[in-house]
Amino acid sequence: MTATAPHTYRHTPHPLHAILLAGTVPLFFGALLSDIAYFRTYQIQWSNFSSWLIVGGLVFCGFALLFALANLIRAHYEKGRAMAYFLILLAAWILGFINALEHAKDAWATMPVGLILSVVVSVLALVAAWIGLSDLGDGGDI
Amino acid sequence: MSHARTVSLLSAALLLSACGGEDNATTLYGTNPTLPEPERGLLPSMEIAEPIPWGDQQPTVPDNFTVTAIARDLKIPRQTIVLPNGDILVAEGRGGNAPKLKPKDVIAGYIKAKGTTSVESGDRLTLLRDGNGDGEYEKQTIFADNLNAPYGLALVNGDLYVANQDALVRFDYQQGQTQASGPPEKIIDLPKEINHHWTKAMTASADGRYLYIGIGSNSNITERGMEAEVDRAVVWQVNTETGAYKPYATGLRNPTALTIHPDTEQLWAVVNERDELGPNLVPDYLTSVQEGGFYGWPYSYWGQNVDPRVRPQDEEKVASAIVPDYALGSHVAALGVDFSEPSMGSDFAEGVFVGEHGSWNRDNPSGYKVVFVPFRDGRPAGDPIDFVTGFRTDEGTRGRPVGVTVDPRGALIVADDLANVVWRITRTQ
Repeated sequence: MTATAPHTYRHTPHPLHAILLAGTVPLFFGALLSDIAYFRTYQIQWSNFSSWLIVGGLVFCGFALLFALANLIRAHYEKGRAMAYFLILLAAWILGFINALEHAKDAWATMPVGLILSVVVSVLALVAAWIGLSDLGDGGDI
Repeated sequence: MSHARTVSLLSAALLLSACGGEDNATTLYGTNPTLPEPERGLLPSMEIAEPIPWGDQQPTVPDNFTVTAIARDLKIPRQTIVLPNGDILVAEGRGGNAPKLKPKDVIAGYIKAKGTTSVESGDRLTLLRDGNGDGEYEKQTIFADNLNAPYGLALVNGDLYVANQDALVRFDYQQGQTQASGPPEKIIDLPKEINHHWTKAMTASADGRYLYIGIGSNSNITERGMEAEVDRAVVWQVNTETGAYKPYATGLRNPTALTIHPDTEQLWAVVNERDELGPNLVPDYLTSVQEGGFYGWPYSYWGQNVDPRVRPQDEEKVASAIVPDYALGSHVAALGVDFSEPSMGSDFAEGVFVGEHGSWNRDNPSGYKVVFVPFRDGRPAGDPIDFVTGFRTDEGTRGRPVGVTVDPRGALIVADDLANVVWRITRTQ
């Protein structure tokens, strides 16, 4: 006798989508850690690292966002989840872009706004990745 | 009507750009300027006008003066010196090797390059000669080459000193010489790491015992780290006999030109101040340079105005900062300074000429001209007077003045590093 568990579809992202989405998290989080290091030490190189990590995060996040949009368009039943995923990722990208501009300021002028934005963006990226990597909603497999 | 084509960093994409900040009635120059509060939007203002050729146009000079181009097709002329026989030496070149540390450096570097010449660095001295005194410099020849971004020039007791971006060197000079007799002798190394501000301005003390060399900071405001600022933002005093040197004054962000007052024998400098605090901060200035004086950079500007971008801060240094003598206006980028002579006519006999290269980070451009700051009793007295203008119009930018040198025979020599021209302004006979 075969026991059939109630079948739940978990729509997982396409591998490329998953790589882009998962990669966004350590890039933005790395920027946050660099910001903390700069905040504590005044060593400018941490601020430089942070600037580039944010750019990397924006590239990964930006392409993941295209997948998220396609997923949203294809969603039929669980549109809410697909929409939440897309919007949170979009917010991460927009705030990440503002953070990039903030980090283009010289020396301590990036503080404290840059650090605060890095916290917010890291959390948003983490939440978006959590949603996207667990279940995209039924537009999934993209 | 054709407008200057402007490049504004990403501003079309986002309506986040910094407030332009219109000029208002506040005094932005003079001995007691009004300093607004710092401001910086998410995007710094950048305004680069497209370079256009002079064609048959010329700079505008006051009534009773004429202007002529005495040398063309140079390779980035910066500073000039008039030799005792009337020959003119022109230092040509472009220096700096600052690495791009942030994404911003890549983008800003691309935009700024649009407003400068694309000619390759000359790394040489060109000699100009007017053999018969008719005002036409018929001879244009290379005096010395294979230099490294030469900038400051000084002639002391038959020795021609050249401040390259990496070293102070010396040529023997015989009057009438049109070519150096050999490669120069190195006197001392100059701070050359990064060279964010690479120009090494120079002048000699009135008695010829000392050279003063201006060494600019290695950043706008310490964004390359405090370690990069050792021996930077200073004026060195170098003993011409021994080569011994010491910091003469400190905290001068970018002392781009130095000169000696003819009567008081006091050292004066023009200094370019920090950016990204708004269109009307911080004024570039003209100041007497006091021995042992500290002028604020990086901790504060115009005296005790603390710059919050600097960490760690230093309250003692801020308290000791000298207020400069005379504000030239923010972002004018003063790169040339020389005291006048009576031969320039009574209106311009007493005072100093200042070459203003012009702003690149201000919506409403400033500089792009040569001004005259009148002096009385060895001190600035009065508003700056436009002396050479017309470098920038609505159509574009035709030239950018750098070094200014007064020829004692009654002429002002102006190097233009955009058009690669040397201009000579004389009184109409």
